[in-house]
This record gives sequence, C-alpha cells and structure tokens, in this order.
Amino acid sequence: MMSQKTLVMGVIGADVHAIGNKILEYAFKQAGFKVVNLGVMVSQEEYIKAAIETAADAILVSSLYGHGEMDCRGLREKCDEAGLENIPLYVGGNLVVGKTPFEEVEKKFKEMGFQRVYPPGTPPEVTIADLKKDLGVDG
Amino acid sequence: MQAVLLIDFGSTYTKVTAVDLNSESILGTAKAFTTVTTDINEGLKNAVEVLHSQIGGTDYTAKFACSSAAGGLKMVAVGLVPDLTAEAAKRAALSAGARVMKVYSYELSTKEVEEIHKLKPDILLLTGGTDGGNKNVILHNAKMLSQIEGNFPVVVAGNKSVAEQVGDLLKQSDKEVRICENVMPEFNVLNIEPARAAIREIFLRRIIQAKGLTKVQSLIDGILMPTPSAVLNAAHRLAAGCGNEKGIGELMVIDVGGATTDVHSIAGGEPARAGVIVKGLPEPFAKRTVEGDLGVRYSASALIEAAGIELVGKRSGLPAEEIMRYVNKISEQPEILPEQDEKLSLVDYGLTSVAVKFAVERHAGKIETSYTPFGVTYLQTGKDLTGIKKIIGTGGPVINSKNPTGILKEAMFESTHPSILKPQSAEFLIDKKYILAAMGLLSENYPEVAIRIMKKELQVL
Repeated sequence: MMSQKTLVMGVIGADVHAIGNKILEYAFKQAGFKVVNLGVMVSQEEYIKAAIETAADAILVSSLYGHGEMDCRGLREKCDEAGLENIPLYVGGNLVVGKTPFEEVEKKFKEMGFQRVYPPGTPPEVTIADLKKDLGVDG
Repeated sequence: MQAVLLIDFGSTYTKVTAVDLNSESILGTAKAFTTVTTDINEGLKNAVEVLHSQIGGTDYTAKFACSSAAGGLKMVAVGLVPDLTAEAAKRAALSAGARVMKVYSYELSTKEVEEIHKLKPDILLLTGGTDGGNKNVILHNAKMLSQIEGNFPVVVAGNKSVAEQVGDLLKQSDKEVRICENVMPEFNVLNIEPARAAIREIFLRRIIQAKGLTKVQSLIDGILMPTPSAVLNAAHRLAAGCGNEKGIGELMVIDVGGATTDVHSIAGGEPARAGVIVKGLPEPFAKRTVEGDLGVRYSASALIEAAGIELVGKRSGLPAEEIMRYVNKISEQPEILPEQDEKLSLVDYGLTSVAVKFAVERHAGKIETSYTPFGVTYLQTGKDLTGIKKIIGTGGPVINSKNPTGILKEAMFESTHPSILKPQSAEFLIDKKYILAAMGLLSENYPEVAIRIMKKELQVL
C-alpha cells in the first residue's frame, strides 16, 4: 500500500470499556488502516503524544461511560498547541448521561472541535466510510 | 591452572581480578591509580604488580578489559516526544553502558545545538518518529546537527522512511554515521538492541582509540565494553543462567559510587496482581538507570540538594551543620576515606543510604489508584519490582560500610509509600570482592564459570 493512513484510537478518561475498543481496532485494521490503539483509560496527552510520534492522520476517541463531554473538552485546543492543527478528531459512544437528543450532543461536540460525532450503536462501516472520505482514501 | 586476567580501567582506579578457570575461583584482586594522561599501561602494570605480590607471578591464557576511564562513554540522545522516542533513545544508550549527559526532544533549537557542541559527546544517538511516522523532526534535527563542527559519530535509529536522508545530511559535515533499526519501530514497541550493538561497536573501534586506551590493546585480548555494561551483563547472566548452570532468578543490583548511583533490575516487571492497567513505554528485562545527582563524593552536594539535609541527618545521626562541614570537605578532597574518621563513616552511611533510597525509588515502577464509575482501577507505569527476591549491593560505599544491611534496606518497599513498587521481601547479597564487572567480562567467553564464581563469591548478609 502506497500511503497507509494512521489512526490513533482509545477510550478516554477513567473509562475501562475494553471490548468495543478491540472490535473497532480489528475493524479499522481490516479496512486497511494502520492502527495505534492506546487501549482504555487514555488521557488527552497520550493521544497527542502518540499522534505526533506516528504522524497520525486522525484521532478517534471513544467514551462509553457518560463523562465524554468533560473528558473531551480542550482536546482540540491542546492538539492545536502541539502542532496538530488540522488533525481530524472523531468521537463516538455514550457521550452524555441521560436522554439528551443526539442532535444536541453532536452540536456540542462539533463546537468542541470534533469533525465527526457518532451515537451509540454506530456500525464500524459508517466510521470507516467517513474516514476514507475525509482522509482521501480510494475505495 | 588456567588463569584469566580481568581488568577494569576506572576513572580513578585500575582494578584487576585474576581468575582460575579450572578451579573456578578468584585468585586475587588488586588496584592502582589509573594513568590515562601519561600511559594507561603504567596503572595496569602497577595493579598487576600488587596482584602478583599477593598471588605470585602468573601467566594468563587471556586478558579482557572494560573501561570507564577518561569520563566513560559520554552520550547525548535526541528523540521526538520526551516519553516516547527520546526515552527509548535514553534507554538504548544506558543499556550500552553510556553516561547520558543530556536528552533532547522535539526540534532542536540553535541554542540546544550549541549546547551539544559544548558537551562534546563521544557518540550521539539520533531518533525520532516510528517507522512511517513523523519525518520532519528527525530531518530538521539532522540538518541542525550537521552544522556542528565536532566530528563525533552519530547512530541513527529513527523513522526508517527517512534514515538514509538523515544519514546523508549528517555525512555532509564529516560525521561518521551508523544507521540501524528504529528504537521504536511501532508505537510503544521498544527495540533498543540494534542501537545498543551499534554504540558498542563504535565504542570498541573509535572511542578507545580516541581516549588513548589503544596502547593496551596489544597487551590484552581487547577492551570489550564500557564498565557499566559489564555489570549489567553480569547481573543478567546471574539472574537468567546459561546452559546447564541455572540462574538465581530475578534480581536487582545497586552500585553506589562517588559520582553516580546505578540501579540494574533484571526482571519482567509485570503487574503482581490482576486488574492493573499498564501505561507508558514497555520496560526492558535488563534495565539500567543512572542517577548523576546521587553519588557520595563528587556528587555529594547534589545528593544533599536532591534528598534534603534532614533525611541524611536522620540516617547518619549527625546534626545538619556537621554534615555540611563534611560535605564541603568531601567536595574538596573526594579521595578521602572513612577509615580514619568515625564521623565521616557516619556521614558516608547517611549519604549512601539516601542514595540507595532515591535511586531505587526512581528506578522502580509506580502504581496509581484511579476511582472510576466502575470502582477502583490501578494504573502502573514502569516495572513492578515487588516480587524481586535478591538485592545485590556493590560499589565502595556499600562494600566497605560497617552496616551494608542497613543501606540495602533502603531499597525495600515502604508501607508509607505503597505507590512505589519496590521489593517486598528480598535477600541481601554483597559483592565483597568487587568482582561484578570482572564477571561480566568473563561471562562473554565463559558464562557458566562466571555464574558459578558469582554464586560462590557473593555473600549473603
């Protein structure tokens, strides 16, 4: 493959949901991406450090335990500060607690600098298709 | 008898150890001042004379040497992210037995490059980027380094996609370049062996010559490695065993000196309990750390600064003013020994204890408790050494102390600091005859003999 795209992924904050993380890693690898999986309980700094060292093309954040908003706030600003100004940020999972309509959640995370926001139950194929489009991968 | 002579050219002393391969025993040890400014052979000759006055003249079937003379192997490491490739580079250099003077990360500035020029490293290790990862920073740094005049060799162990380009940039400034595999080929995968081997090869071929040690090359079968590397070698062999000779299992070696305190751990370091999440770079099985601010002579005032005078006072049982008076005296005459001075021996005990405590604390892994919505989880960084069963003390200040047990106890787990993963119950051994470096050398060619001699000679406290 001429230019395999590199993704940095992981479950943010104090969240230990490990299974979805493994499934996503598998799905992204199968789709032809180079995957740097940071696992669970990942801090904002870890995503950034890994993205710098591996020259990642996108950062994918998962959050399953309802504290996503708190954990993700400021990630875009820190990326800008670290020289990753244009790196696409994706986020998905159970991002907030309670029954907030997804449109509101999506709006909130987009305002926080995330390009793509996914509700619970999104199949990996959806994210893969978006990644290919956003990163300019054929196929 | 089949005698082998093992030589350690130290910065102060040239130490010699004679071993009989047939009886697998130490024939004798001796030392004399190192004479690196005139002819290094003089110091060696003097040491051998002392040795032969004890054991009689002997013919040797082989002579091997290690060296930390003339400042040891001075290195500078350059990486990208401080706790990723820069840390990997530092570990590669340490495992090669180098003295790492400074570690740089991200794009080098003009000021930093000038600093490197002044540091005059023997070798520079340049890393940055995983394979296929970041290219710009290592290219930038190669360009910056090519502007330095000094013709120190550079080992390039960064992103393979630009390794040749990096090499070409450096060669423009007449630097010898060795390209080897990336220290971090994939994110969080540590691969320090190729860089370590490259460093050692350059050390043998170039550094020894540059430091005027080649004169002895004709006399002996070769200076094999820097001294710290020999100690790590010995520790590794003793723990792991070789052939039919079983090792003694996971262990730690603590080497306190005048300038530094080295800690070697030969252990997997995996979490001792279930449900612990490990963070950070993977740890080498044989890990060496060096604390440049924890020595009991040249670094005594730095030690006081790092550890605080109160703690040294508490360990030595002397008031702060008295300790400061001695520390000043030590700084003026680093060669003084405590034999004639009871109070100095108390000060030495205090300094050595504190050096061991801090050096092991920095070496050992840490565990952090995290309260999540799912209950308590634990995050571990570094090596869990709670299960280590043997701690070996070496270095003058430990060997010559009247209370080595007291000193080595400082390496143990403290229930008041449960987050530091130090050994929980271990046996103490002491390298009374100061043979670890020699056994590291011997084990290059006679590993089983070296292991058996160590088992015999290391005394249980």
